[in-house]
Amino acid sequence: MAQTLTETAGSLEAMTPVPYAVTAKRQDTYDTWTLELEPVDGAPIVPGPGQFNMLYAFGVGEVPISNAGNFATDDRLVHTIRAVGAVTKALCAVEIGTVVGVRGPFGNTWPIEEAKGKDVVIVAGGIGLPPLRPAIYHVLKNRKDYGRFVLLYGARTPSDMLFLDEVKSWQRDYDVDLDLTVDAGDSDWKGKVGLVTKLIPPAQFDADDARGFIVGPEIMMKFVAQELINRDLPAESIYVSMERTMRCGVGLCGHCQIGPTLVCRDGAVYTWDEVESLVAVKEL
Amino acid sequence: MRAVLAPEALEAIVEELRRRDWRVVAPTVRDKAIVYDEIASAAELPVGWKDVQAPGSYKLELRDDEARFGYAVGPQSWKRELLAPSVRLLQIERTHGSFKAAEDAAEAKRTAFFGVRPCEVAAIKIQDRVLIGGSFADGDYLARRKNSFVIAVNCGEPAANCFCASMNTGPKAEDGYDLVLTEILDGAHRFLAEAGTGEGAELLAKLPQQPAADADLSAAQKVTDTAREKMGITLDRSDVRDLLLANLEHPRYDDVAGRCLACTNCTLACPTCFCTTVDDANDLSGAGSERTRKWDSCFTAQYSEMHGGGTRRSLQSRYRQWLIHKLATWNDQFDTQGCVGCGRCITWCPVGIDIREEVSAIRATQEAKP
Repeated sequence: MAQTLTETAGSLEAMTPVPYAVTAKRQDTYDTWTLELEPVDGAPIVPGPGQFNMLYAFGVGEVPISNAGNFATDDRLVHTIRAVGAVTKALCAVEIGTVVGVRGPFGNTWPIEEAKGKDVVIVAGGIGLPPLRPAIYHVLKNRKDYGRFVLLYGARTPSDMLFLDEVKSWQRDYDVDLDLTVDAGDSDWKGKVGLVTKLIPPAQFDADDARGFIVGPEIMMKFVAQELINRDLPAESIYVSMERTMRCGVGLCGHCQIGPTLVCRDGAVYTWDEVESLVAVKEL
Repeated sequence: MRAVLAPEALEAIVEELRRRDWRVVAPTVRDKAIVYDEIASAAELPVGWKDVQAPGSYKLELRDDEARFGYAVGPQSWKRELLAPSVRLLQIERTHGSFKAAEDAAEAKRTAFFGVRPCEVAAIKIQDRVLIGGSFADGDYLARRKNSFVIAVNCGEPAANCFCASMNTGPKAEDGYDLVLTEILDGAHRFLAEAGTGEGAELLAKLPQQPAADADLSAAQKVTDTAREKMGITLDRSDVRDLLLANLEHPRYDDVAGRCLACTNCTLACPTCFCTTVDDANDLSGAGSERTRKWDSCFTAQYSEMHGGGTRRSLQSRYRQWLIHKLATWNDQFDTQGCVGCGRCITWCPVGIDIREEVSAIRATQEAKP
């Protein structure tokens, strides 16, 4: 060992995809599928709510995808994937039994323990619901540990809404203040039409003792955070999950930088006061 | 432990290291530039050459002496040896409906880096922090780094683009080496050699040498003092982080975007730039795939590509990313500066963009404000 080497080396066990078989596949919308994965050998990893995995489609490549499963009861990984690029299209085209690769879990988690005893306000936009799903499951499973539970979900159109039956069952079974909206309705849509930000002023929660979790496009998170701040929820009590391109997932490749932070290492969950000034700068 | 070596003793260094079956990589002249390559003899060092550098310009000229290290830095850095430009990480084979991924064993032959400049010693320390100092480590880098042996050479003749004195990384190496040499051309041509580690002392003990007299020590000190004076301070490091972060939307970025070609030369030549991508390539049968880690650059559009387009589409934003990373956000991310003042990005920029000038231009408008 060179004596000039003073750094202590971190873990080397993160770079090889582990084979997981697809055990279930469900089409959620016209471009979005949910996969359930079980390890070909051994026990599955147990991600925390808010963490992501690097999913590998054989011969195509890897992408970071949030965990969307119910960690409390499941021993399988659940990932909801929108087919937008080469890798996500390959992942969405898998059949039951196909083996994909998993590296992870990476990144930090939603502050679900710290939120105990408080009201929880979750605001999701479109494909932003799956990354919040583990946190939602946790609150539902431990419903009495939390105060009011407000879930606001917006999508572009009714056909972009994910897990709608399940979302409605949460409202029915668990005392959830659910409100839904779409940017543009269709002939079957009887609900609200408009941006998800409009659901915030009427929502019932105690801003002095609440936590907000938001996931959606950056522009949506920005306006939702502002609406929550308008309701006197402090920026430090508002959490968002950021998204950037990633190659390694473990802080080595540089791709996920947003100014002073590496999303894979320091996020993907941030308080709004940590990222507000970064999101405000175009193309940072 | 320190001693004075005659120029001929450099051959003894190479011989001793090669006797141990180590690779010896050192500066040598190729294609009219000084590059780092494996050498078999100290005669392959760039004897009697100097480099003349300016923004966007580099040329070698003959000196009127036989200096072995009478130049600054060339287009390459030791990054090539530690964070190799292309490394296969994985071989993945399909196996009855599943796949098997095998990591390439991270092995590296013991290698002596002979002629590492103080700014480059600093750059290696920075890459150590980034690539092996966090929760996760790059295995290939670690293997290469563990097997490296650093013979630093202090600088006596900085090139015009050198600004290590501004960045506090040179012209004299304070630590991070196994052995450090200072080439003294004043009077008898000789080297002051100082061991930085036990292994360095062991090597030094094997070399033909003279004891170092006070006159040798003061002559060596004069070498780096003179270099420091020549360079002066051309970039004010003290408040540069706050300056850049307070001016993220500065019009100077429009100006520099009008000159920058997004060629990525600066990031490739930079000894601290560490960004990489991975490339998955398949064999013709479709049964096997390989993953290769390759250098990447924040100056490309693909670097920030996500669904819905890249986050940094404009050249303004890409230059800003590079500049603020080097001089500001690197500190936030890794608790160390990202620039060592080697000047390569200035010399090897085809249009001669000078990082110091860009900072000065931003600073000038800031200071003009009341």
